[in-house]
Amino acid sequence: MSFLEYAPAPESTSILNLKSEYGLFIDGEFVDGSGEVFDTISPATEEVIARIAQADASDVDRAVAAARRAYDRTWSRMSGSDRGKYLFRIARLVQERSRELAVAESLDNGKPIRETRDVDVPLVAAWFFYYAGWADKLEYAGLGPNPRSLGVAAQVIPWNFPLLMLAWKIAPALAAGNTVVIKPAETTSLTAMLFAEILQQADLPAGVVNIVTGPGSTGQALVTHDDVNKVAFTGSTGVGRMIARQVAGSSKKLTLELGGKAANIVFDDAAIDQAVEGIVNGIFFNQGHVCCAGSRLLVQENVHDEVVDKLKYRLSTLRLGDPLDKNTDIGAINSAAQLERIRTLSDTGENEGAERWQLDCTIPEKGFWFRPTIFTRVSAAHTIAREEIFGPVLSVLTFRTPDEAIAKANNTPYGLSAGIWTEKASRMLAVADRLRAGVVWANTFNKFDPASPFGGYKESGYGREGGRHGLAAYLESAGREAPAAIMASAASATTAASGGRKKTTKKAVAK
Amino acid sequence: MTIDHPVALAPAERAVRLLGGDLTEKALALHLDGLAGVDAVGLEQRAAGLATRSIKTSSKAWALDTIIRTCDLTTLEGADTPGKVRSLVAKAVTPDATDPTTPRVAAVCVYGDMVPYVVEALGSLHGDPDAGLVSVAAVATAFPSGRASLDIKLADTREAVAAGADEIDMVIDRGAFLSGRYGLVFDQIVAVKEACRRPDGTYAHLKVILETGELVTYDNVKRASWLAILAGADFIKTSTGKVSPAATLPVTLLMLEVIRDWHRLTGEKVGMKPAGGIRASKDAVRYLVTVAETVGEEWLTPHLWRFGASSLVNDVLLQRQKLRTGHYSGPDYVTVD
Repeated sequence: MSFLEYAPAPESTSILNLKSEYGLFIDGEFVDGSGEVFDTISPATEEVIARIAQADASDVDRAVAAARRAYDRTWSRMSGSDRGKYLFRIARLVQERSRELAVAESLDNGKPIRETRDVDVPLVAAWFFYYAGWADKLEYAGLGPNPRSLGVAAQVIPWNFPLLMLAWKIAPALAAGNTVVIKPAETTSLTAMLFAEILQQADLPAGVVNIVTGPGSTGQALVTHDDVNKVAFTGSTGVGRMIARQVAGSSKKLTLELGGKAANIVFDDAAIDQAVEGIVNGIFFNQGHVCCAGSRLLVQENVHDEVVDKLKYRLSTLRLGDPLDKNTDIGAINSAAQLERIRTLSDTGENEGAERWQLDCTIPEKGFWFRPTIFTRVSAAHTIAREEIFGPVLSVLTFRTPDEAIAKANNTPYGLSAGIWTEKASRMLAVADRLRAGVVWANTFNKFDPASPFGGYKESGYGREGGRHGLAAYLESAGREAPAAIMASAASATTAASGGRKKTTKKAVAK
Repeated sequence: MTIDHPVALAPAERAVRLLGGDLTEKALALHLDGLAGVDAVGLEQRAAGLATRSIKTSSKAWALDTIIRTCDLTTLEGADTPGKVRSLVAKAVTPDATDPTTPRVAAVCVYGDMVPYVVEALGSLHGDPDAGLVSVAAVATAFPSGRASLDIKLADTREAVAAGADEIDMVIDRGAFLSGRYGLVFDQIVAVKEACRRPDGTYAHLKVILETGELVTYDNVKRASWLAILAGADFIKTSTGKVSPAATLPVTLLMLEVIRDWHRLTGEKVGMKPAGGIRASKDAVRYLVTVAETVGEEWLTPHLWRFGASSLVNDVLLQRQKLRTGHYSGPDYVTVD
């Protein structure tokens, strides 16, 4: 065996203490669901990890009612500093149980333990720490004095970063004084269940966070529920559109974080070796299951060959396999359905004339796997340059001038993220200014920080998550409606709405 | 400095091949200043990523042996004596008397005046590390500062080679490099390489120390690495060990990237030697991972890879004992040299 093969270094699963079956988490308790129980499997082995309850409309009803009660009686009346204490406690518990959460996430999602351990779980804790700090400072959120919480937030999250997306949704909602009913993705409910245990450990008042598991129909019942004041969704543009239609005309406030087809632009004066690292991180991080992935590489024509050459050499050191091995770079594709989609789109790429290059590596017998893939000779008209593949597939296009790069980068219905690689700061700023993307990374990619807002242009959605801007999704300006409340709360240093549920006149922001 | 001052050409074949026959300082400067920049954040992030590799069981055993096999066991003190050097040689030949399977180190590295004692102490074990023997390396060229006239640097080098040194670790003139006199640095490396020539026409291996701690920026390290390779270096080496910071993982990664680029460009393999500050096996294993994933694991042989270290070997021996016996011993169970 060569040194580079590295002897197995598996992370032990003995730290996990999983139950064989998980119920719904409603009103602080695990309860049975009314729908049919379903399996959650490990995409790396196809083995069943646990059985998960399915919530139907009546369960969603119970969950929303519990959230409403908790909002009216407890959470909206609690001082911001006390809400902050709960959030700090949750953050610390996430840190204490970080290894367990990382192992569970790798097992259930298929992503490498290196990423869950070094990225996902630390960011989850960071998100709770960050928003814990905001809970008693909401008057500085940019919405004027004494902004009000919205009420019950219905949140639907995707499978690519199960626990992290949960944190992105729950932390700002709770900090702002809302209560939550959240639905994890069907294939990745496990860490949400462990998170429910953490909430019990943290003694979070019953009903402040409720977790309902199940398929799309559960999510639909949740977002269309009459007693929900806020809907937040992260996922595909198709489902996002559907939700926007369903919520339209209601008083629900809506934020959507949807798909992307980000351009990663490499100029000829870039630090090429670091750009290659950035390209790898941009598209092969989390098997490319990243909405902001740099899936379209735009490289200046005069350095194309060098970049592609170095990229292939670098890819040859990536190791695909057991997500729980500490040396694995590329884990399993999350589901058979997603694998099929990646395959179909890749075949389309080849049929339309692009040149496919794949990492030559052994594929495990069981589970869902896709070799890291680079398509060269891709033109802007090709399907793989336009559609979100959501897998480890990179399309390489070329450009000759900065104007052409910008035009090609913006030539997409999406606008979530973009990357720029150049050693010339003036070019970096000038190009960033003209890219129509919510996040523009310069000389780096896929960097996340709770203090930085994240969200899209165009069909990548609306609203921002993270930072001060992320609070705006869960607050409304007090305006002139309740001056008495402002005075009262300023006197008592209470920052959240003290008047309980608002019959809000806020318009739905669905456009 | 005259811009078009012609550079001495003797063994500067590589530069001639790459930059053409009319080798001038201007051509050299154009080439070096035209290299792609280095993004410090990205480089350090990549190095940190490589440091997370988890090397266990059989891979660890191989790595520990490789660290010893590619180690230049070093003593570079003003207080060095023939006795101290003999004791170091004994350690180089038999690193762990309790375990005869322990490989020998690649070389013993000393000041030039100590070379005769090393040669004498090694006796029949003096030779090619590939054959299980131990080489003799000498620092030269007014090590560590390099602040002496070229004549003195060359005399220093010739004397060490004549005394039996197989490898010369020279320092570059950092002052000249930092003031942009690339031609001067180049000329000196070329001249020292020439001084490494033995009467039979063969050359002692030349390791060129960049002293990256004094070059400070990664862009400088990259340029100096190219410069040293173009001038004929067999190895490029980070540091003297007398300046802090000495070897770091990002600097080593960057120099390995230059070596990789040179290999892809010309097919030639240049060696790499990080030196100074690497004391723990765990850190040393990270360097091996960086080599394997940057230039390929065929670089992990004594002719292409060295650690410049003194205390590292003892930590590796403790780790070897742990792998063999299943429990840790302590510093009293390995020898001080």
